[in-house]
Amino acid sequence: MVEPLLTVRELSVEYASKRGQVKAVTDVSLFLDKGSTLGIVGESGSGKSTLGFAILNLVPSPGRVVAGKIMFDHTDILKQNEDNMRRIRGAEISMIFQDPLTSLNPLLKIRDHFTELFRVHSSTNHEDSISRAGQLLDDLGIARERLSDYPHQFSGGMRQRVMIGLALALNPKLVIADEPTTALDVIVEAQILELMKKLKDAYGLTLILVTHNIGIVAEMADRIAVMYAGRIIEMGPTNDIFADPLHPYTKGLLESAPNILHPERSMRPIPGSPPDLITLPTGCKFHPRCPRVFETCRMSDPLPVECKRRLVACHLYA
Amino acid sequence: MVVIGAITVLAVVMMTILSPYISPFNPSAINVGPLLQPPNSRFPLGTNHLGEDMLSRVLWGGWVMLQVAILSVVICSIIGVTIGLVGAYAGGFVDKISSLVMDSIYAFPGLVLAIAISAMLGPGVINMALAIAVVYIPSYFRVVRSQVLTVKELTYVEAARALGAKSRRILTRYILPNLLPSVVVVITLNFADAILTAAGLTFLGLGVPVSTADWGWDLTYGRQLLFSGAWWVIGFPGLMIVVTVWGFTIMGEGLSELLNPKLREIA
Repeated sequence: MVEPLLTVRELSVEYASKRGQVKAVTDVSLFLDKGSTLGIVGESGSGKSTLGFAILNLVPSPGRVVAGKIMFDHTDILKQNEDNMRRIRGAEISMIFQDPLTSLNPLLKIRDHFTELFRVHSSTNHEDSISRAGQLLDDLGIARERLSDYPHQFSGGMRQRVMIGLALALNPKLVIADEPTTALDVIVEAQILELMKKLKDAYGLTLILVTHNIGIVAEMADRIAVMYAGRIIEMGPTNDIFADPLHPYTKGLLESAPNILHPERSMRPIPGSPPDLITLPTGCKFHPRCPRVFETCRMSDPLPVECKRRLVACHLYA
Repeated sequence: MVVIGAITVLAVVMMTILSPYISPFNPSAINVGPLLQPPNSRFPLGTNHLGEDMLSRVLWGGWVMLQVAILSVVICSIIGVTIGLVGAYAGGFVDKISSLVMDSIYAFPGLVLAIAISAMLGPGVINMALAIAVVYIPSYFRVVRSQVLTVKELTYVEAARALGAKSRRILTRYILPNLLPSVVVVITLNFADAILTAAGLTFLGLGVPVSTADWGWDLTYGRQLLFSGAWWVIGFPGLMIVVTVWGFTIMGEGLSELLNPKLREIA
């Protein structure tokens, strides 16, 4: 069997705070094959963005990876020094951010964003990098002349396209998109997703799509990982999970979103709110909100088990 | 406001630069006329106790001060911005130490510190500039530090890092250009302070050689002459200092409103 492009093993990330350690990511393991798309879904604060940053070894301070291993293309990410890591970022793994309005430097022309990037990573001369940047803009559906514009002259959707262009400019093996369409309106969102799909095929990308919008992963991802309180509680093929969610949280998540196939079903929100990541509940972290909670759930934390071709961490399936 | 301030500043600077060509007498030549003449048709601003022409002295008198101000502003802006930038970006220990040092400088009254330093260094334009520079480094440091702390958290800095940019490049290409507007404002306001401090130093005799035509120096002996009724010896140089400082301050205030839209909305 081919080795996966990315393997994350028992990764834990904590943020130091005055009240104690915030356990943002706990014991997360996942793998990603070349060319596939993994959707990571969860509520705000479920650790999905932190996981994305950890893969770039860029967990923002005061965060720290406390345990685990990340293997990317035969490289142990967490053991690389800053110089090596810098070479990987942008060229091998790149990232698309949530807020396109602030993710471009307002004082650099679009062209300079691209030349900066090429400068950092390769010795391509100026003309080459400009023609490459122009070609990328073509792919993104933006007129080449706009290379000499400043970010404020672009709309949000166009800026996000530029960000995507920057992320793809050096043909990275892996792209992490952290809520790429959250800040955009639905129509632009659809366009951006369409574009990402197209580019994914054209560039043969491997993609991690971090989002709280379950509709987006349904459309884009081959596999889904559902995160809750820093853990992956269910992971498997998208279609399987949508057809038959196993974990009560996944079920709740699907029922709380509008369903286009069954519009008559009313949306049902999950009662309660996500747990405080400093003082987590005992046992299963979801048990205070779980409709199917029983005695064991309060006592012990369920380990992920394999069930119907997927992993699920719930005592119901143990 | 900016325009009025800028015109004033420009007028003073032009006057000083052109002084060799437009002043009627050598400002340091004694006995060009009778002693202590009140303003009259031959000596529009009168003469001092050495018979020097006050008009010429007023025209020339900005030289030393402007040189000192420019030099000190250049020195302390470069040092202050660099320390603020590096300290705030690096964070942690480096930030703590640099803040501590800057705050302790800031804790001294400016003029007193400048006096102490220039007394140590001795007179001269460069030494005066150095003394003043040390006093005002914290003003730059503070502004720059607070801005860096905001800017470095912005997504595009994070994005630059995620795309593999080096720290130094992030500092120079992404952070520094975004705080230049505020630095410009501090520079203009700092000019006013530097001129006042320079005037204070020369007034106290810590600045320049006795014969030099300098507003601050004119104040020193003009003060004694004031009691004998010769108001023009101290009055005109004093007025020039006020006008110059006023010009820089007005320009600085105006610029800060112009370059900082948030402030403009409130005002």
